[in-house]
Amino acid sequence: MAYSEQVMDHFMNPRNVGEISEASGIGEAGSPKCGDVMRFSLQMKEGVVRDARFKTFGCGAALATSRMATGIVKGATVEGAVKVANQAVAEVLGGQPAVKMHCSVLAEEALEAALTDYFKKQGEPEDKVIQLKKAAGIQVRRHNHGDEGHSC
Amino acid sequence: MKTVYVDNNATTRVDPKVLREMEPYFCDLYGNPSSMHHFGGQVAGAVKRARQQVAEIIGADPSEIVFTSCGTESDNAAIWGTLHSYPQKHHIVTTRVEHPAVLTLCNHLMKQGHSVTELPVNHEGLLDLDQLRDAITPYTAVVSIMWANNETGVIFPVEEIAEIVKEKGSVFHCDAVQAVGKIPIDMKKNKIDMLSLSGHKLHAPKGVGALYIRKGTRFTPFFIGGHQEHNRRGGTESVPSIIGLGKACELALAYMDEEKTRVKALRDRLEAGLLANIPNALLNGHQTHRLPNTSSLSFEYIEGEGILLLMSREGIAASSGSACTSGSLEPSHVLRAMGVPFTGAHGSIRFSLSRFNTDDEVDYILEKIPPIISRLRELSPFWKRRNRSAAFQ
Ligand SMILES: Cc1ncc(COP(=O)(O)O)c(C=O)c1O
Repeated sequence: MAYSEQVMDHFMNPRNVGEISEASGIGEAGSPKCGDVMRFSLQMKEGVVRDARFKTFGCGAALATSRMATGIVKGATVEGAVKVANQAVAEVLGGQPAVKMHCSVLAEEALEAALTDYFKKQGEPEDKVIQLKKAAGIQVRRHNHGDEGHSC
Repeated sequence: MKTVYVDNNATTRVDPKVLREMEPYFCDLYGNPSSMHHFGGQVAGAVKRARQQVAEIIGADPSEIVFTSCGTESDNAAIWGTLHSYPQKHHIVTTRVEHPAVLTLCNHLMKQGHSVTELPVNHEGLLDLDQLRDAITPYTAVVSIMWANNETGVIFPVEEIAEIVKEKGSVFHCDAVQAVGKIPIDMKKNKIDMLSLSGHKLHAPKGVGALYIRKGTRFTPFFIGGHQEHNRRGGTESVPSIIGLGKACELALAYMDEEKTRVKALRDRLEAGLLANIPNALLNGHQTHRLPNTSSLSFEYIEGEGILLLMSREGIAASSGSACTSGSLEPSHVLRAMGVPFTGAHGSIRFSLSRFNTDDEVDYILEKIPPIISRLRELSPFWKRRNRSAAFQ
């Protein structure tokens, strides 16, 4: 199998698994049809990510990216989280077969969804994450995940 | 680390007896069977014997056997060749669950202007024969339906299907790549016109196969060249592989009883053990209309690739119908055609045994797999949210 050792290690030793019971934000991305769904939960305190956990249905790359993304945002500020997630994904993507791009992009989406949920609860605008991304000069990816007639 | 190989529908170990039979034909008896000299002639004698051995396992006459390079070539030659023999007919009937050797070819032919009917299957993987009867028209050149499915092992009633196809005046090709050597086949007792088989699925080497062409069937060669194989397939015979295929067929015939008793008992014990010890595990395909060696199970709420990776760390080699393992993002077309829900289709594992598997190996798999499944389920957002599973149909 064509996984790098780094991805295998993330897959074999998944940390940050689970769900935070009173999460500040929860977000989900993906669809069962395509074979991967990620659910991230975040615990925020004073604008910093204190804890990040995942539950993921998906292949080795999806599980590895989930662990990596949740690991890397821990301790980051919200603004930072938006940026690092992007980098983490890019890192895991390096050397992956093209079809695995799909799984990895999902991690970014799940994190985005969790942050959006957090912002909503804070009474902030719904597109706050997009705004932060744009402000940081990060490309806003749109990964087409529907249920009807879409390709995975 | 030891290897427990339960992926025999993908390919098999060459039986050492087969290899021994092949060995002289590389460095010593390397003549061309078409040559006039005795040195080549003795090779022609060996090829003739192999042809008899292959004919025997399917109850055919040796003159009806054409050696090919693999199952895929046999399928292509049968379908393509029949279309060329009946240029006024443009229609093909097949099923949604065929191997890509047939389905991808049919898609290709469709782009070239042929029309294709792909028959559906029910949730157990079975066909509706009335639908088949209705699908065949006077313009149907060929009906191509497999004997046994490579993913689920489900067996189609191809002898009955042959009756229907002949009644309707079309040609019937059967992809029996997974069936030959696993279940008894007797071409004298059925009306199948053409039948494909492949060496590497029955302990012969990779890269050799055969196409059975019933006497009197119109045929246009797919490989055009020399006069080999009675002008039905050009190209110098792959002698050592053909000798190997012959020996493998002889052995498979001798082991046929073992296949339906000991191998089946191993498969049944493995399957029952996994289903009993793992919740939310389901069998894919009909329980009894099935090859004795195959078991396709879906472990709901997890993804097959993860299962394969963890199994592989324990030395267990099997395969999955999940998307990630197929190089696409869609799960197995066979399981989808059967209506297996996505969360199940992605988490499917196919165990396929052979006469080389042992009781100890089954014990080993039964010990290793349940913790792998629970470990992956701990990571799954769907596990423990089972009441929501209806949303993932
Ligand atoms: C049902 C079926 N048909 C055709 C093939 C193709 O055979 P081969 O690999 O010899 O080309 C296979 C095996 O992969 C198969 O399982």
